[in-house]
Amino acid sequence: MKMANSLRGEVLNLYKNLLYLGRDYPKGADYFKRRLKNVFLKNKDVKNPEKIKELIAQGEFVMKELEALYFLRKYRAMKQRYYSNTNKTT
Amino acid sequence: MLSEVLSDLIQIRVKPDRTGVVTDGVKHSMNPFCEIAVEEAVRLKEKKLLKEVIAVSCGPAQCQETIRTALAMGADRGIHVEVPPAEAERLGPLQVARVLAKLAEKEKVDLVLLGKQAIDDDCNQTGQMTAGFLDWPQGTFASQVTVEGDKLKVEREIDGGLETLRLKLPAVVTADLRLNEPRYATLPNIMVSAWLVGTEGLGVASTLQVQCPLVVGCEEGRIHGRSCAKEAVTWSFG
Repeated sequence: MKMANSLRGEVLNLYKNLLYLGRDYPKGADYFKRRLKNVFLKNKDVKNPEKIKELIAQGEFVMKELEALYFLRKYRAMKQRYYSNTNKTT
Repeated sequence: MLSEVLSDLIQIRVKPDRTGVVTDGVKHSMNPFCEIAVEEAVRLKEKKLLKEVIAVSCGPAQCQETIRTALAMGADRGIHVEVPPAEAERLGPLQVARVLAKLAEKEKVDLVLLGKQAIDDDCNQTGQMTAGFLDWPQGTFASQVTVEGDKLKVEREIDGGLETLRLKLPAVVTADLRLNEPRYATLPNIMVSAWLVGTEGLGVASTLQVQCPLVVGCEEGRIHGRSCAKEAVTWSFG
């Protein structure tokens, strides 16, 4: 599917990582999986290695966002359950 | 010390016979406070203040998932203290504290890090009991841990605000919410840790057989303790 072989490996890894992260997605794992697949398929004909690298960077950014989302969600849940009497700023 | 609890994302359902909460087939994950403890241990190791991080979990076979996650986060070794599923339901802070104390002496550790409490039983006892058994100083509800020479400076969250303690090592510390932000165990790391547990088996994650001392039973809300005379913690490398 992709021109450069090494980039293909990176793209596949990115896909696998995103899939793994998407399991806990708030709107549902299936929702995430469908969107992920669509986005990857939409870009499947991109041949320019520079553009591919750009898209990979975008994907890694999404990964970081997801990690931040999960952390915040857990933090807020714990804060709500155990620290309800302190000031509710976060 | 890791606790595997029902995931904080799922909806808890009470069992039809009202004896408890549905746990079969429900998603389990590492106790959030234990994640914070593991993160702190790994950070101390990254700052070269610790040599080795050992992740310990007591319970049935599915605990291994939790240990794998800890390995993926950066722990060096994992120890799974296997408890048969029948006994696992009766496993409480006292038993776990005994196990931890024995392990801490055996492995000659300098610092035992735990989450302050498990989100399923909310006991908030394991850390304190472990310190009691070992007769080590404890810094509970830690929101900051720093090493000062051969002492540990622990900032604790207490009702009135913050309290700073200086503990002589070895010590027990329990992690509170604001200690740090735990890293996410990414897929590549999890796969590596699965490989580690798989191939090295007894080397990396040794499974010890423990005869669980039955001390506390619970019936219809009443808690009665049974005599400790029968308790015996025997070890055999499995």
